[in-house]
Amino acid sequence: MNKILNEINSDRETQIFDCDVENDIALDEKYKRKNNPNIPDLAEGTVVRHYTALSRKNYALSTTFYPLGSCTMKYNPIINEKIASCAKFAEVHPLQPENTVQGNLEIMFELEKALCEISGMNNFTLQPAAGAHGEHTGLLIISEYFKSKKEKRTKIIVPDSAHGTNPASANLSGFEVISLKSEPDGTLSPDKLKEILTPEIACIMMTNPNTLGVFEKHIPEIAEIMHANGSLLYYDGANLNAVMGIARPGDMGFDVMHINLHKTFSTPHGGGGPGSGPVGVKSFLKDFLPVPTVVNENGLFKLNYKNKKTSVGQMKAFYGNFPVLLKAFVYIKSVGGNGLKEASVQANINANYVLNLLKDKVTVPAGNVCTHEFVLSSKGRLGEGVRTLDVAKRLLDYGYYAPTIYFPLIVEEAMMIEPTETESKQTLDEFVKVLSGIIDESKNNPEAVKNAPSKTPVSRLNEVEAARNPKLRW
Amino acid sequence: MNIPSNLFYAKTHEWARKEGSKVYVGITDHAQHEITDIVHVELPEVGKKFKKTQPCAVVESVKSAFDIYSPVSGTVVEVNDAVLSSPELINQSPYEKGFFFAIELENENDLKDLLSAEDYKKSI
Amino acid sequence: MNYIPVSKQDKQRMLEIVGVKTEEELISKQIPEKVRASKINLSDGVSELKVLELFKQYGSKNKSSAACFRGAGIYDHFVPAAVDEITGRSDFWTAYTPYQAEASQGTLQAIFEYQSMICELTGLDTSNASMYDGATAAAEAALLAVRTSKKNKIAVAQTLNPQYLEVIETYLKKQNVKIIKIESDEKTGAVNISDLQNKTDVDTACVMIQSPNFFGVIEDMQALSDIAKSKNALFAAVVNPVSLGLLKTPGEYGADIAVGEGQPLGNKMHFGGSTFGFMAVKKSLEWKMPGRVVGKTTDKNGRTGFVLTLQSREQHIRREKATSNICTNSALNALAACVYTAVLGKSGLKELAETNISKARYAFNKIKNIEGFTPLFENGIFFNEFVFKTTKNIKKIEKELLKNNIIGPLSLAFCGKKYKDCLMFAVTEKRTKNEIDALTGIIANVK
Repeated sequence: MNKILNEINSDRETQIFDCDVENDIALDEKYKRKNNPNIPDLAEGTVVRHYTALSRKNYALSTTFYPLGSCTMKYNPIINEKIASCAKFAEVHPLQPENTVQGNLEIMFELEKALCEISGMNNFTLQPAAGAHGEHTGLLIISEYFKSKKEKRTKIIVPDSAHGTNPASANLSGFEVISLKSEPDGTLSPDKLKEILTPEIACIMMTNPNTLGVFEKHIPEIAEIMHANGSLLYYDGANLNAVMGIARPGDMGFDVMHINLHKTFSTPHGGGGPGSGPVGVKSFLKDFLPVPTVVNENGLFKLNYKNKKTSVGQMKAFYGNFPVLLKAFVYIKSVGGNGLKEASVQANINANYVLNLLKDKVTVPAGNVCTHEFVLSSKGRLGEGVRTLDVAKRLLDYGYYAPTIYFPLIVEEAMMIEPTETESKQTLDEFVKVLSGIIDESKNNPEAVKNAPSKTPVSRLNEVEAARNPKLRW
Repeated sequence: MNIPSNLFYAKTHEWARKEGSKVYVGITDHAQHEITDIVHVELPEVGKKFKKTQPCAVVESVKSAFDIYSPVSGTVVEVNDAVLSSPELINQSPYEKGFFFAIELENENDLKDLLSAEDYKKSI
Repeated sequence: MNYIPVSKQDKQRMLEIVGVKTEEELISKQIPEKVRASKINLSDGVSELKVLELFKQYGSKNKSSAACFRGAGIYDHFVPAAVDEITGRSDFWTAYTPYQAEASQGTLQAIFEYQSMICELTGLDTSNASMYDGATAAAEAALLAVRTSKKNKIAVAQTLNPQYLEVIETYLKKQNVKIIKIESDEKTGAVNISDLQNKTDVDTACVMIQSPNFFGVIEDMQALSDIAKSKNALFAAVVNPVSLGLLKTPGEYGADIAVGEGQPLGNKMHFGGSTFGFMAVKKSLEWKMPGRVVGKTTDKNGRTGFVLTLQSREQHIRREKATSNICTNSALNALAACVYTAVLGKSGLKELAETNISKARYAFNKIKNIEGFTPLFENGIFFNEFVFKTTKNIKKIEKELLKNNIIGPLSLAFCGKKYKDCLMFAVTEKRTKNEIDALTGIIANVK
């Protein structure tokens, strides 16, 4: 195991900075800290060796396949990173005069237009920093809209197959959640929706295709029902990678949506952020978008604060996670409109291919055709006492990251697989072979699976101890 | 499964033990077993009033969290601080050392609405 | 250019396995004709070389890497090359959120070290794994205070960064919380202590004060924290991490929560984001804290390892009862801060703070001697940012400086009438004596 940084002895005596003006640091003692922080003084080489060693303990997309359902772990093109880290974009202060940041503003303006074209929405805010942040923004927009119409709508419908963020965001936005039970394939029944509809319902939050990788066939009817009730439809863009160039949320009848640029538009996950969750709306909601937005006035790009009064307010400081926006825009320019469609089509083919190779080994609750991802259940298909978790951990031993497991909650012993379009047939064939092998192994040699992983830097960790006696710092 | 016959039970897996005008409350052996290793508990403050079936505490494992509902109406008069620092007591001794709190009973009839050991056993 | 590694032949074979003849047939099995789109009306993809050319053009429309004297929340600090080297390792930047701990020990240990450093800097007990930015961290701190105290009033200094206040207002909009604003003293620019006394009471969930405040003034945090305590309110400090190499820590003056913008620690300005926010709390608030947290534990063989922990607070388990809807941190930005702090060490952090304050004072003293410039606060004590009132034409100053590749001080006209003649200067360790002399020379000559 690597030492923790504070266990490394200080080995540097030299200064880090030159101060080319006279030292002038006199300050009343009441303002000064008493002791230095406990952080060792290390030579640069010592620090670089420490963190390089840590990096080698990570699985990463650049070294392995991530069949991680609902996360769209597609290849992160290197050119995106190179351009975003270029000083021309990185060394720019957010409060520089507008005429000195025309390049950045133009990129934001163009990206907004591109996202509108892809999604069928009319306007976007690029401010939200993540998917959940986008949900929060979108729901606040819906709330302000009904407030402006003087309608008291306090509840929103969330299907039981939804991500946990949906109800959490709803609560933060002041809405009460009504859960809607989904059909066995995860789709929603218009009839069941009608049963729970009341004048208090502000909107329904949907993922389409849903979390089982099945397209909501009844979406036109659902949209009609909701709109007839004066309610709106919110599209969780988690699964947008299934439909680019094939179908548009705006055309399906959705009024508000968020997009995860770190999923569909190839920007990296960074080990857990930063992400970006732009929110799109139909025209009638545009005055409620967070300020500022970018406008073009006579060829000059400007930050527009005009809607400050009607807007939901600011969701974070400044304009959004600009480097993430930039990377997504580089991707859109690289692959083009044709490439985005090819990506979605291939994502669908790859998922269906893997599904068909695995379908006899496991149970497939939603049928044998899926979109860009699918859920399987290993219930009753594994050896004595072996669970889905064990299979996931065993995959790590073979050098694969694990699929999403135990989600959605409506499928027992669920395993959710999303291959994405950037994996080759050979990679998928090898993965299927390994996963099938583990399922066999769970019957022949269950202990090997239950004790997995054994080839990773650590074996299974004691999470109970971690939570009972939290050690959260050195 | 240990289901002592001298206690009252709620369908939501809380037990209640009457001592004078006080009722001690905790979760059943069956519940602690289902929740698995308990890592954290949130308890009500002394003096707080609850109606029966109102959520009044939270119990958490590594990957789950459950609300605990007061089996009777009344005012909290004692809480078990020991389970805050050692939540494993609830796993080890659900009916004794792992109790949650005691509540001053408002209405004796509340107990009649609860299940007997035998009925609880049938319900699980 | 696309990134699909599947040949036409392979694609056909795959479709056969799936049991369809064409991709069209596959799509039509899933998605009803009624909602199908024809195509995306965007230009076709181009080669990497073309893309580079295109973005060179966009970049040329920005003025970058100028001598920047603007701050107001984002600062132009020096970032050692080692930081980019580590965050540029694809094992870090292409990794997923570390849910599978055994395959994510690198990210997890780095976050554990980051949490430890934030605790060391702030003097508090527990830090989360980071949040979106300083403004959202401040809003989450307000929500945390309201949630734990079950009171619905918070007191916020008027000298809090105005964007933070905006975000707090957005976040609290639907929570029925009253936000009370505490005024500042005209002479010192610091919080007016008697106004804080008068406007707070036992129903106040928390008092939130920024130091150095938005106008750069260092507050007497001990005195303010004591008042909050006397009202049984939580004390939330909004702090600049770079200043904590020198200034009294939130832990020392009794803060319950410390939050702030992490960008000054090893992150470039990036037009204001992505950055990260940090949050540290007292032990007693640990289970109420929002956001992801990493803990140290052992594996089956007794080896030390790291996991995401206290997860039952979070949205994927608690759903609508979670402490926040946040389900990410800003891992890569926090990693940059972690490596940066490791490169500096305790001595470097002190040196950094001292260099900032020395250079800022050097600039302040020079500007004070320029005709037409008077400090806004005669008795203010500042760190690396300060405000001058000027009789000169602000637009002209900005223009003249830009000509010389200097992003000049920020006009505070957006803060209200009172500030229409005010300029705020930020001076970090990165500004050389030559740059400061050039700045003062130019503004002295503006008529």
